[in-house]
Amino acid sequence: MRSRPLALLLAAILLGLATTPFILHGAQAINAAAHICIFILLVASYDLLLGYTGVVSFAHTMFFGIGGYGAGLALAFSPSWPSLALGIAAALLLSGLLSMVIGLLSLRVRALFFAMITLAVAAVFAELASRLSWLTGGEDGKSFEVPELLRASFRLLPDRLFGTVINGKVVTYYLIFAATCLLFLLLLRLVNSPFGRVLQAIRENEFRAEAIGYRTAYYRTAASAVAAMVATLGGVLLSLWLRYIGPDSTLSFDIMIDVLLMTVIGGTGSLYGSIIGATLIVIAQTYLRDALSGLQDLTPLANPDRWRLWLGLIFIFCVYLFPEGIVGKLRAMANRKILPP
Amino acid sequence: MRKTYAILPALMLLALPLVGNPASWATLTVAGLAMGMMTFIMASGLTLIFGLMGVLTFAHGAFVTFGAFVAASLLTPDLAMLPLALLAAMAAAAVLGALFERVIVKPVYGQHTKQILITMGAMVVAEQLIIVVWGADQRMVELPPLLKGSFLVGDATFERFRLLVVAIGLALYAALHLALNRTRLGLLVRAGVEHPEMVEALGYRIKLVFIAIFALGSALAALGGGLWALYRGQLTASLGAERMIDIFIVVIVGGLGSLGGCFIAALLAALLFNYTSYFAPSLASLSEVILLIVVLLWRPRGLMG
Amino acid sequence: MLELKGAHTHIGPYHILQGVDLTAEEGRITMLLGRNGAGKTTTLRTIMGLWRPSAGSVRFAGREIGGLATAEIARAGIAYVPEEMAVFSQLTVEENLRLAARSGPIDRQRLDWVFHLFPALETFWKKPSGLLSGGQKQMLAIARAAIEPKRLVIVDEPTKGLAPSMILHVIEAFRQLKQAGATVLMVEQNFHCAKSLGDQVAVMDQGRVAHRGSMADFAADQALQSRLLGLSLDSHQ
Repeated sequence: MRSRPLALLLAAILLGLATTPFILHGAQAINAAAHICIFILLVASYDLLLGYTGVVSFAHTMFFGIGGYGAGLALAFSPSWPSLALGIAAALLLSGLLSMVIGLLSLRVRALFFAMITLAVAAVFAELASRLSWLTGGEDGKSFEVPELLRASFRLLPDRLFGTVINGKVVTYYLIFAATCLLFLLLLRLVNSPFGRVLQAIRENEFRAEAIGYRTAYYRTAASAVAAMVATLGGVLLSLWLRYIGPDSTLSFDIMIDVLLMTVIGGTGSLYGSIIGATLIVIAQTYLRDALSGLQDLTPLANPDRWRLWLGLIFIFCVYLFPEGIVGKLRAMANRKILPP
Repeated sequence: MRKTYAILPALMLLALPLVGNPASWATLTVAGLAMGMMTFIMASGLTLIFGLMGVLTFAHGAFVTFGAFVAASLLTPDLAMLPLALLAAMAAAAVLGALFERVIVKPVYGQHTKQILITMGAMVVAEQLIIVVWGADQRMVELPPLLKGSFLVGDATFERFRLLVVAIGLALYAALHLALNRTRLGLLVRAGVEHPEMVEALGYRIKLVFIAIFALGSALAALGGGLWALYRGQLTASLGAERMIDIFIVVIVGGLGSLGGCFIAALLAALLFNYTSYFAPSLASLSEVILLIVVLLWRPRGLMG
Repeated sequence: MLELKGAHTHIGPYHILQGVDLTAEEGRITMLLGRNGAGKTTTLRTIMGLWRPSAGSVRFAGREIGGLATAEIARAGIAYVPEEMAVFSQLTVEENLRLAARSGPIDRQRLDWVFHLFPALETFWKKPSGLLSGGQKQMLAIARAAIEPKRLVIVDEPTKGLAPSMILHVIEAFRQLKQAGATVLMVEQNFHCAKSLGDQVAVMDQGRVAHRGSMADFAADQALQSRLLGLSLDSHQ
């Protein structure tokens, strides 16, 4: 960590996420918090590819969607835990296989080609999801019921706790929060392990890594699979939260852009960056509207829907000057204090 | 190389008995050719840029959108305004393209990951700026009355505008082909694709060539965008982003840096799409990806790469 | 004509040229010899501006060219024949030479001279130069440097990988170039070629010029040759 402000920031976010249902009342807050958790998973897994392995892929939302559809379609069929488990298993299997194919492809073609191909593949997948309406509900998607424990009508405790009704929604939220914490810690473990260090070696100098004896193909493919599966689980969580699945909720290119923005602004090459990036951007999306609504009459630039304009500029700025994003900047500032004058 | 062009008439002939009705076939084919020409125009710039400079600009789509909006803003029912509007769009895009190359792209030559990220970011920002200037609503784009409508040849219907687009596409291809092969600039571009350092060592400032190509590529994107908006009759800020996948596929299938390959690939993809839509509409969007996979397996460097 | 003083070149973290002092006298052929890795190619590339000198000066015809853009250096009158030849294979022989003739159409007399030296170029005039053999490509690369009068021609291993008969052609070409008044700086590993063409010699070792002098003197001193090159000039034909 090596940076007090960074540690404090992360602790604050963690605390905030842990207690949101109790401190902030209202649907908007808990919704934002759930989205932050899910995006943390999406971004952290994406950073495994971008920041640690050095691969730019635009197919990440496809895996997100596979998870969403896997859970959603299973629950639409039968809103029970066994059905959900089956859906999750199927989704993970599909994601694992697809990601390995894509991972192997990345080895045979140049980075630029690979990026383009993943873009095309993701677009086709989204097309298919829209077209195969008999299976997926098409453009409109599908709404479904979740298992009883997670339904809004369900009451875990008869009385309110700190003024909040502990219903299925709250249970779902904490399920998401717990899953996020668990998966994040697993990823953290992975990148700090010998496996993670080899990934970084590959990113720095693939030729050299091969020469030393590491089968880069294996590591690349493994990293792709892990990233894809974590994204898939993120999709499952989103489905559980929204109780709806459709092409726009998981497969839209806007989501891929958002993931990119979050990864780079938060900081590539550091999983903590995903926490910062996800929080920053979800909050911007949710609350900027109210904050700017007064200003938007002055200039269309201040229109809250234009938040992507400003974040896009920050993103470009970061790629040029701060590839390590906010996390990197905070750490750099901390290091400067340690160095002698 | 000449033999590769034969794929096009071969496909068209193959489709004739499958479609059955010659009138429908004719309409489908012309529509496919028109669509393909527009994609070719949009993609030609990118293949030149990529071929010469090794730069993959994900922001190319932004120039397509920009061109569409500029042209649409200047259009009037007067037919004479159409070429002027398109030329204005091309000129504006050329200037912006040159600036874009110097400011955004130059710092990241050779750094492919950064290139991808930055041009992608530029695309997002550009789309937002277009919304700021022109609004987020869908715009209707009307053809000048003289270009509207269609005429009949036997049983087959041919839309006037589509025929115009095919003509423009062919003329542009011929012009670009001549420019590449008969002018000194073309010579520089073709030489620069192989050994940019040597071109510099012969006394030419290859950087100026880069800027010129980027400007030209952006102008072509703008022209393609303008025509596409007219073709569709409407226009939103995501026009370019929507076309990017097709453009990329065409550039890869054609072979990087090959103008001829790009031409064939664009027409091939569009014809395939149209014919497939006729038989199995839900598979139409898959047809392009299948084309990509098949061509890459057969010729990994593209049709003429 | 050409003078390097204390030239240093860094390539990334590697310090390749560590203070090169080199002169190429006008109208003479100066041979740049040395073991592999001594920095010969780097010296040529530094002169051409393909790599920027990190210190020291490079002067051509009295003008400082260190740090200028390659295109400008080329236009000052320096032609470059690189080790990899860099022939534009998609372009025809004619187009390759047209590109090299920057100031206008190809001079007919000059072209006849080139055809006389390298008949193959006339045969393949309208064909893509990718179809030429290795030796013919080398001829084209040299022809590119010769198609317009240049004050200085810097050449990197023109005889590499060529058959002995081709090597004779190359030697003859440079002899004629010198007669036409060009100054030549050539890196050569073929000792016979070096001895027959060179007026002056500069031997590089570990990023510096370890010996300068006339070729005649150097060719006579076997001990010096052994020390600097590991072999004597006579042991290869």
